[in-house]
Amino acid sequence: MTEKKPKSLLYLDGVSVSFDGFKALNSLSFIVEPGELRAIIGPNGAGKTTMMDIITGKTRPDEGEVFFKGDIDLTKKDEAEIAQLGIGRKFQKPTVFENHTVWDNLELALNRSRGVFATLFYRLTGEDKDRIEEILATVRLTARRDDLAANLSHGQKQWLEIGMLLAQEPELLLVDEPVAGMTDAETAETAILLREIAKTRSVVVVEHDMGFVRDLGVKVTCLAEGSVLAEGSIDFVSNDPKVIENYLGR
Amino acid sequence: MITSFLVKSLDRTIVIAVAVLLALAALVPALNLLTAPDHPLHVPTYLVSLFGKYLTYALLALALDLVWGFCGILSLGHAAFFALGGYAIGMYLMRQIGARGSYGNPLLPDFMVFLNWKELPWFWYGFDMFWFAALMVVVVPGLLAFVFGWFAFRSRVNGVYLSIITQAMTYALLLAFFRNDMGFGGNNGLTDFKDILGFNIQADGTRAALFAASALALAASLVITSGIVRSKFGKVLVALRDAESRTRFLGYRVEHMKLFAFTVSAMMAGIAGALYVPQVGIINPGEFEPGNSIEVVIWTAVGGRGTLIGPIIGAILVNGGKSIFTAAFPEFWLFALGGLFVLVTLFLPKGVVGTARHYLAKRRAFRASARKENENGKEASLPAAESLAAE
Repeated sequence: MTEKKPKSLLYLDGVSVSFDGFKALNSLSFIVEPGELRAIIGPNGAGKTTMMDIITGKTRPDEGEVFFKGDIDLTKKDEAEIAQLGIGRKFQKPTVFENHTVWDNLELALNRSRGVFATLFYRLTGEDKDRIEEILATVRLTARRDDLAANLSHGQKQWLEIGMLLAQEPELLLVDEPVAGMTDAETAETAILLREIAKTRSVVVVEHDMGFVRDLGVKVTCLAEGSVLAEGSIDFVSNDPKVIENYLGR
Repeated sequence: MITSFLVKSLDRTIVIAVAVLLALAALVPALNLLTAPDHPLHVPTYLVSLFGKYLTYALLALALDLVWGFCGILSLGHAAFFALGGYAIGMYLMRQIGARGSYGNPLLPDFMVFLNWKELPWFWYGFDMFWFAALMVVVVPGLLAFVFGWFAFRSRVNGVYLSIITQAMTYALLLAFFRNDMGFGGNNGLTDFKDILGFNIQADGTRAALFAASALALAASLVITSGIVRSKFGKVLVALRDAESRTRFLGYRVEHMKLFAFTVSAMMAGIAGALYVPQVGIINPGEFEPGNSIEVVIWTAVGGRGTLIGPIIGAILVNGGKSIFTAAFPEFWLFALGGLFVLVTLFLPKGVVGTARHYLAKRRAFRASARKENENGKEASLPAAESLAAE
């Protein structure tokens, strides 16, 4: 394992965390290589969201190691630092800034210096403008750029959030249930969008929708009760007897 | 950098408000000083002072709005920063009295002589110089807000808990300033002021100048606040108000953002207090009263939080109402104030200005759609007319 550490983008080893005696993660080990698109499946309470909380600094692990880009210890950093290091996160519920326009949402997400005075005296440069226009086109929201995010449909909010993640230019993108509540057409488009995004960075997708995971066609990790149950292609994982018993079979 | 910041701050409402304030700053003193007392346009001195006081309240409400309206921090202790600014200028005014006090001590203020103190406490040093006092007017509230905010925001104290500890802060200061051995005049506070910058504080000219200074300070603060709110920083403030943890995951240090807004706001409150004290002629621990801070919240809510003009209008409306009401039915004022807060919360949650804006926007949208329909109607009727002509 240790010789693998320097090469991998994200490295979790023996991570455990418990809340009030309930073991949400039980010595979880997990590696993401640079440029990889990975899907994570698992029943409710398997620890998928907790794992994301640990990677993004929202929760501290009780034990275990979490390294980013080989030697950056994520357990010692807070959310803002981790975000600045290049780990972006999309939540299960779309959380965009409802009182801001679509454009302002993207401007806020843009990967620029985020200090008090840098933002106080920030001026929108031509370069930043082009970048936002480009993202608007990617997430198909150009026509709604001046509308308040509150007025977008559910699917559009999901896309705006993906756009905000693009603006953040993360090296690793954690996406929690991106197609929950989407129509079939939107789901298929989201799969295309995510594959597009994964060309330039690593993406970890947590998803319940097996059809969507199949659409992605990538390596799958199945979690259950806080640790890895099986890992491999979708066909390999979905034929694993343990996975069938724990997740698919029910 | 600074100029673009200021230029961005000016939208139409702000330009109008600043113009009105500048006009008031010139006109009211002129009408007070240059017209005879029996002239129909004469503004009596008591009104100049009264409205000067309202302007300082408006500045305090504006300061609160920056943290409450735009950043979601409901501070129930903003009167503390106001009072600290007031005490800083009060100390300067006390030192200006010099040997003219009842005890004639050239160095010690009267209350210290009364307490049998032999020398000036160290923290009264420097307050004989106006520039030092003026500096302390912003430094002391700013420093308190910085230290307080540093601990509170770093520990991620939010919502009601934060409101409660701000209330506790102002209450603790109230108790401390009541004590005689604190060295700030105890119960009686600081009063009997004679001069400010060498001018008699009771003179009409001084009062008019203080009014003008209040209006100018309010105008300047309005421009600065507007600049803050319209910058990207202001957008981050609104973002963290609505979805704090999302803002963190975008890489913003939420606690630094809040700390900056809170400190700037406290400094503005300090300036308001410093302009207030010479106009009312006294500062005592009563200004730290928790109820005072809550009143500021009511002014802001009535005017419309999250709008910059709202708190100014709210402060002037409520205090104008208070002056009239307390003269007519003194014992009912608190009921009226409480009732007002309930009514505004229930029926005007956006405040006077927020609601007015909402209706204006609605009417504009309605007109625009009506115009569009008219145009469509014309287009639809054209082919019919053509077909008629063809026949």
